[in-house]
Amino acid sequence: MMNITYGCILLLFASACVASIDAHDFPDKQMQLRHQALIEELRCPQCLNTNLAGSDAMIARDLRREVRRLLVDGKSDNEILSFMYERYGDFVLYTPRLHMGTIFLWFGPLLFFLAAILIFLSIIKNRRKSAREEVDREELAAILRAHAKDLD
Amino acid sequence: MWARLPVIKNKSLIIPLLLFFSLAALLWRSFSLEDPSLLPSQLLDKPFPEFNLEDLHSSSRIRNAHDLLGDVSLVNVWATWCVNCLIEHPVLTRIAQGGVTIVGLNYNDDLQKALAWLDRHGDPYSFHVRDNNGTLAIDLGVYGAPETFIIDESGIIRYRHIGVVTEEVWAEKLYPIINLLRGKSA
Repeated sequence: MMNITYGCILLLFASACVASIDAHDFPDKQMQLRHQALIEELRCPQCLNTNLAGSDAMIARDLRREVRRLLVDGKSDNEILSFMYERYGDFVLYTPRLHMGTIFLWFGPLLFFLAAILIFLSIIKNRRKSAREEVDREELAAILRAHAKDLD
Repeated sequence: MWARLPVIKNKSLIIPLLLFFSLAALLWRSFSLEDPSLLPSQLLDKPFPEFNLEDLHSSSRIRNAHDLLGDVSLVNVWATWCVNCLIEHPVLTRIAQGGVTIVGLNYNDDLQKALAWLDRHGDPYSFHVRDNNGTLAIDLGVYGAPETFIIDESGIIRYRHIGVVTEEVWAEKLYPIINLLRGKSA
């Protein structure tokens, strides 16, 4: 019984994932799958954060049709993404391309990670140094004690 | 005379401060960007895309990018379903009266409605291109209406304005650019 309930809840979400369906016909199943993948990867330029697949905006409808046209023309997925990039820029791709404007986006986390390692290492180094000073002080005390005996 | 600045003995203590300031600068910049819904144009300083589309007023006349050459002009994307296009219409009319060529790009519209709209509100445009499937709009990176492009006399896109052309937009943004481009070509 619980399984059925969960199943129904899942179905509710499933419908939201493919919000808009156009009556596009494709020569083969594989092309249709590629179309679906592409319109999920491309962001609708008008709607700030919805992909082409999930938007009912006019521009999203036109761009879905354009993706289909390019697929039928025999363009590769990469060529289609480039086509959209040339017209709509970084915004249209959910996976931003690597260039001067996005270099920090790509390598920023790595930079922070390296900084963390450096800070960690320097802390360890400082600890070791102070630990050694501790030992030196004990030795010093021992020497002083020995000298104190001599003086007595 | 000056109070002595406290001397920072441990130089590494300054790192968190620097991190704070760089993060603050980053957030300052991203919060002060004009409007995240305005996408930068990919086509600035590139030639107007090629097209072959019907003239709105006579379907037998095919317009192409050559029709944009020879003068600094505005290309205005409009449609009857676009409420804001009606708002900017009087401003465009005044601009055209001032001697600026405005070319209309009728975007995803119904032909009869578009012609009726022009009859009713007046037609300050030099001519209109009928982009019924939004193909030229896609090539221009248009994602709504109204949008207005400034094209120089050799057909290069020099500016893109997204949204309504108000008197302020005209006076502060479009007019100075047109003036500059005209000065160059003169």
